[in-house]
Amino acid sequence: MSTAKPTTLNVAAGERHHAHHYDNAEHEYQSSKQGVWLFLCTEILMFGGLFVAYAIFHQMFPETFKVGSKFTDVKYGAVNTVVLLFSSLTMALGIYYVQVREQKKAVIAMAVTILCGFGFMAIKYLEYSHKIHLGLLPGDWYNGNLQAMAAELGGLTVPANIGLYFSFYFMMTGLHGIHVLIGMGAIGWVMVRTMKGQFGPGYYTPVEGVGLFWHLVDLVWIYLFPLLYLV
Amino acid sequence: MSAKAVSNDGGHTSHGNDEHHIIPLATYYKIFGILIVLTVVTVAVTFVDFGAFNAVVAFAIASVKAALVLGYFMHLKYDNLMNRVIIGSGVFFLIVLWIFCILDIVTRVSNESPL
Repeated sequence: MSTAKPTTLNVAAGERHHAHHYDNAEHEYQSSKQGVWLFLCTEILMFGGLFVAYAIFHQMFPETFKVGSKFTDVKYGAVNTVVLLFSSLTMALGIYYVQVREQKKAVIAMAVTILCGFGFMAIKYLEYSHKIHLGLLPGDWYNGNLQAMAAELGGLTVPANIGLYFSFYFMMTGLHGIHVLIGMGAIGWVMVRTMKGQFGPGYYTPVEGVGLFWHLVDLVWIYLFPLLYLV
Repeated sequence: MSAKAVSNDGGHTSHGNDEHHIIPLATYYKIFGILIVLTVVTVAVTFVDFGAFNAVVAFAIASVKAALVLGYFMHLKYDNLMNRVIIGSGVFFLIVLWIFCILDIVTRVSNESPL
């Protein structure tokens, strides 16, 4: 049973032998997916540390966060939210088309997902360069002069520890941005494998796993958007 | 492109021993539509002042969006109980972390002696 794989196996059509330590292909699929969910659980706890830190400092210095969020552009944040939600849709469609053996449509859906990732990072770049230009940097590196701008925004007084807000802004969006980049790379990987015809209704575990990761990145942004832009 | 046509019997496709639930396209589009509407609502409610409940409202809307993404895009609605328990335990311990940190912070007394 373990010798000589049958030559009838059509890898190009997504057929595949399951690894020997699994009972069957379904067992392999479910176990792999469970592993991805465990990984996502650790991801939630990693981002969770930042979210709890945010909650604590927001509780201690509400004014700092209120004023800080005035210097983020809601338009950029809202557009990026839509871009990420749309990319989540196209990723889900990519998996759907693999499930129904429509390879070409699956590849297009994944390509659109990656393009959305580029779009998201491009908008992030615009935001970051604007903030860096104004000296709105995290913690001790903060050297902005917001008093003039604050006056235009309706006589806001800028708290002395405003660098605290930009620390959270850069660390939370930065860690999230790294996840977007890793997700784009992973989607590129499953897209190339889909083009090679290695996935089909009988085997698409890596596509499902990468999809789950991408949706988690979207999930984190769903919370980051109101926390950083709309406080 | 693919040689074999696929039978699509209302979202369920049979292929030998793998009987994964396939969510129909229309459901994905519907969920995406709701998510976009909720994003608009998230921005819109910032123009209304709920006072102390501003953060609660924003967080509640975000959580509805998160539930939709988890349930449909991440297929959790049709997944086994174990994966739901795994992600639920992550959220549970995050809430534990949050509660104890907040309890610590808000119940601290000043270290300066009044005497």
